[in-house]
Amino acid sequence: MTSSITWELNGRPVTCNVEGHQRLIDVLRDVLGHTGTKEGCGEGECGACTVLVDDRAVNSCLYPAAGVAGRQVRTIEGLLGADCRLSPLQAAFVEEHGAQCGFCTPGMIMSAVALLERVPEPTDDQIRDALRGNLCRCTGYVQIIHSIRGAATRPQAGGTA
Amino acid sequence: MSDLRYIGKPGDRPEAPEKVAGRAVYIHDLTRPGMLYGQIKHSDHAHARIKSIDTSKAEALPGVHAVITGYDTPRVTVGFLGDNCALKRDKVRQFRDEIAAVAASAPDIARRAVDLIEVEYEPLPGVFDPAEALKADAPLVHETDPRGRPVTTNRMPLEYHHETGDLEAARAEAAFVVEGSYSVPMIQQTCMGTAGCIAEFDLRGNLTIWAKTQIPFLAQRDFNRALAQMGLENGNSRVIVPALGGGFGTGLDTHCYEYISILLAHRTGRAVKILLNREEEFANLSPRQSARTRVVQGCDSTGRLLFREIEVLQDNGAYASWGATYPTVMLLPVTSLYKVPVVHFDAQCVYTNNTYCQAMRGYGNPEVTWAIESNLDDLAEKAGIGRYEIRRINCNETGELTPMALEITSCGLDKCLEAAAKGLDWDAPRPPRIAEDGGRRLRGVGMASLIHVGGSGRIYRSDASGLIFKLDDFGNVNVSYGGVEMGQGLHATLTLAVAESLGVRPERVHINQTDTGTCPWDVGTHASRGAFMACSAAVRLAAKVRARLFAEAKDLFPGIVEKQRARFAKKNPDADVAEVDIAALAASGAFDLRDDVLSLAGMPAAPWATVPFGRLLRAMHFRRDGTMITDDVFYDPPSDLPDWGKGMGNMSAAYTYGTQGVEVEVDEDTGHVKILKMVSALDVGKVLNPPSLEGQTYGGIAQGIGYALYEQVLTHEGRVLNAGFTDYKIPTIAEMDFPIEMVFVETNDPNGPYGSKGAGEPGLVPTAPAIGNAIYDAIGVRLRHLPLTPEKVLAALREKRSQPAPSA
Repeated sequence: MTSSITWELNGRPVTCNVEGHQRLIDVLRDVLGHTGTKEGCGEGECGACTVLVDDRAVNSCLYPAAGVAGRQVRTIEGLLGADCRLSPLQAAFVEEHGAQCGFCTPGMIMSAVALLERVPEPTDDQIRDALRGNLCRCTGYVQIIHSIRGAATRPQAGGTA
Repeated sequence: MSDLRYIGKPGDRPEAPEKVAGRAVYIHDLTRPGMLYGQIKHSDHAHARIKSIDTSKAEALPGVHAVITGYDTPRVTVGFLGDNCALKRDKVRQFRDEIAAVAASAPDIARRAVDLIEVEYEPLPGVFDPAEALKADAPLVHETDPRGRPVTTNRMPLEYHHETGDLEAARAEAAFVVEGSYSVPMIQQTCMGTAGCIAEFDLRGNLTIWAKTQIPFLAQRDFNRALAQMGLENGNSRVIVPALGGGFGTGLDTHCYEYISILLAHRTGRAVKILLNREEEFANLSPRQSARTRVVQGCDSTGRLLFREIEVLQDNGAYASWGATYPTVMLLPVTSLYKVPVVHFDAQCVYTNNTYCQAMRGYGNPEVTWAIESNLDDLAEKAGIGRYEIRRINCNETGELTPMALEITSCGLDKCLEAAAKGLDWDAPRPPRIAEDGGRRLRGVGMASLIHVGGSGRIYRSDASGLIFKLDDFGNVNVSYGGVEMGQGLHATLTLAVAESLGVRPERVHINQTDTGTCPWDVGTHASRGAFMACSAAVRLAAKVRARLFAEAKDLFPGIVEKQRARFAKKNPDADVAEVDIAALAASGAFDLRDDVLSLAGMPAAPWATVPFGRLLRAMHFRRDGTMITDDVFYDPPSDLPDWGKGMGNMSAAYTYGTQGVEVEVDEDTGHVKILKMVSALDVGKVLNPPSLEGQTYGGIAQGIGYALYEQVLTHEGRVLNAGFTDYKIPTIAEMDFPIEMVFVETNDPNGPYGSKGAGEPGLVPTAPAIGNAIYDAIGVRLRHLPLTPEKVLAALREKRSQPAPSA
C-alpha cells in the first residue's frame, strides 16, 4: 500500500511515496540517499540506526516510514553546519577519539544529541543511561563518554547543532 | 628521542571527520551500476546427504537473474586445508552450509527466491562434541580428505606439540602441583558493521571485489585460485577495501559468501552484492574458536615454576579455518608467560557438525591464558605464596630466550605487575559490605598477565609489508600501504610516523585506499602488526627519500635561496642581509627537512634562508631531465617461521607484555559480579599515539569483560540459538561504569619503530583470568568455564556452602 507523505528532513520539506512495509531507515538510505544512518541489527537492539523524530531518539529500523508524516526528522547528515563545519559534538568525537571503525558513530551521536538537548551538562551516569541502547564493539565506550563530556563543556550553547 | 615532534603526542584520525558526519563509505553504502543482490540458501540440517535441489520456482520469480548450486558451477575450494567449497554437493555438514544462491534485482526478491528453492535431504546422525567425535563409532564429518582418499577419524591432520625438558622428573621434583580443567566457549566477534562484498567482472575476465577483508593480498591469491577453478586462468583479482565496520579477525579468511558472490557475478555478467544481516552474521559467519584446556603447573617450595603441562581439545566445527590454527599462538603463553624451564604442550582439533570457527582478536592466547593464570593462583594458594609474589618470582625479563626460542628483546612485565598491585592497593583488607538491600557483597582482587607478539607474527613465509610514498609538486605525500584501517587507528599513527620520519606536517600526508591494484603487498593486518609494520616501513622509506631529496638539494638549494635572498633584499632595502657562501654549505650536504621546510646547517636564521618543500620539488620536476620522487620499501621483520610440530621458533621481532588487575564485588544472593576498578598495565615499548592506544586498550578490555562474564554462542545440535543481540549480550556503555587506570610502560624495544611494539590484541588477553582470580579472592570458589554468569557463580556459592568446612 503506497501513500504519499510530507515531512521534514534535517530542516527541509520532503514529499515522497512510501510503502506500507517500509521502515524509516529504508526511505532514508535507499530512497533519499542518506546513507549516514546505518543498519546494525534490524531489530532495535544495537542503536546504529538512531535518528531523531520530533526531537526523540528512535530506532529507524523499527519506525514505520509512513509514521513520519507531518513530523520533523533529524539524521547525522543534518548536524553539519554552514560550509560543512562539524558541530561541536562531532568535533568533540574527533578530538577525543570517540569513533574507531565509525559504524556505530552516527547512531551514537544522534542519541547524544537527544541527551544534550534535554540535559546540557550530563553526568557520566546520565550519559550511560541515555546511550545504553547504542552498542559499540570497538571503543569500550570510555572515549565516547569523554567526547560527550567534551561537547557539553564547550563554550557554545547547548553543544549540539 | 626527546626531540620527537609528533610521535608520542595525540594524533587525529584522518578519517574521523567523515565518520562523525556519516560520510564514511562502508560496504553497506556501496553500489555499482546495474548491481544485483545475492542471497544464499543454507542447509536445514546439521548433517545430511543432499538428494535433490529444485530451483525451478526460484528461477521463475520475476526479478531473479540467476540461481546457482554446487551442481551447475565449477567446484571452488575454500580454506587452507581445501576441505570446504563455496556451494555444497552431496553432503551438508553444518547448518550454515551453502546449498544454492540467487542473484536478483532487489534484496527482498532474492530472499523470496531463496525460500522457493526446494531441497530434499537424507538426514544423517550428527556429532556435536569433540570428545564424542573422537570415538571410534562417531559419524564421520568428512568421509574423504581433500584429495579424495578415505579417512577414518574426525581428528584433523594438524600436529601441535611442544616438548622442553623432562616432565616426569620436574613433576617428581616439584614441592607443589596443581591441575585444573578449563573451558572457553565460542563467542562472536559482533562487528557493528556486518560482513558483505560486491563482486564484479570486467569484460576480459578480471575480477574486482570490494571486500570486508583484513588480508587483501592473501584474498587476491585465494580469489585467483577460484578464477582458475572457474576456467578463468588469465583473470586477475583486484581486492579493494572500503571503510570497515570492524574486523577483530573476521577478515582474516576468505568466506563462502565471497566466492558465491563471484560465481553469481560471473553467471549474470553484473556486479553482485551479498550483505549479511545481523541474524545471518550470527548464524552463518564463523565465531571465535572454543577450547577445553587441561593445565598442570608445579613449583618448588619458594614458588619458582618447575613445569607446565597443557593439553587442548578444540571443537573445530565442520571445515577448517583459522580456528584450527589457534594452537600456534597458544604456544606463546604456554612456553613464554613467566619463566618455566619444562613445558609440554599438545593440542588436537576435531571435526564436528557444529559451526566452524575463525580468527578473533587474541587468536588462542585468551583461551589458554584463562587456564594458565587461573591455575597459577591455585598453585600460589597451595604453596602458601602470595599471588602477586609468585608472578614476580617467575617474571620474564629482557634478554631472555624462552623454551619456544622466543628472543625477548624488551620486557617490562615486572613494572606491569607492580602497577597492577599498586593500583589496586593489593594487600588492603576487603571485608564484606552490607548493601542497601541488606544483602552481602563480597570483594576481591585478582591479576593476570599476558605475552603476545609485538613485532608482527610470522605465520606465513613472508611477514612483509610494502610501503610507497609518492611526492607531488606541492609537498603532499601520497602513501600507499597494503594493510587495512579497521578502526584501530592505523592511519592516524602511520600519518604521525610519516610526518616525523620524513619531515612534513601531518596535513601533507594522504593515505590511499587499500587496493591490491595500487598498493604494495602486505601479508595482512593481524597479529597486532599494523602500526609496527607500517611505521617500521615508513621510517626506512623516509630515510631513502630524504637521501634522494638532499642529493638533489645539493644542486638546487643554492639557486633557489639566492633568488629568495635577492627578492628579500629588494623588498627590504634597509635590512641587513647576511653574506654567506651557500654553495659551499650546500656541498657539505647537512640538510634537514622538518615541517615542510628544507634547511641547511650553517645558514643564517633568515626567512629567505630556508626552502619550502614544495618549491624544492617543483624545481626538481620542472627542468630538463627533471625528477619526481615515488619510492618504496618492502620490509620483512627479523623473525623466524616456527616449526609448528615442534612448537619452536622466534616468530616475532618483539613481544608485548602486560598485566591486568581487577577488583570485583560479588552479590552473594544473585551471583552478580560487579567490577569496581581495573588497572591495565601494558609494556608497549613506546607510545606512538596516546589516545589511539588507549582506545585500542579500552576496546580490548570491554571485549575481555564480555568474554569473562556475558558472551557465548549457544548451540543445540549444531543450530545457533542466540542469533541476535537480544540473546547474545555484549557489554553496553552501562557495563563500563568503573574506573580504569591505564599504565603504559616504555621499554624502547630495539626492533620497534621508535621503540614501539604492537598492542591491538593484548587488551582482552588477561581480562577473564584477572576477573576469575578476583572472584576466587572474593568468594573462595574457583570457576573454570566461561562465561562466569550469575547462575554459575550462585551455583558455586551454594555448592561451597553445602560442603563441610575443610579441616585445619
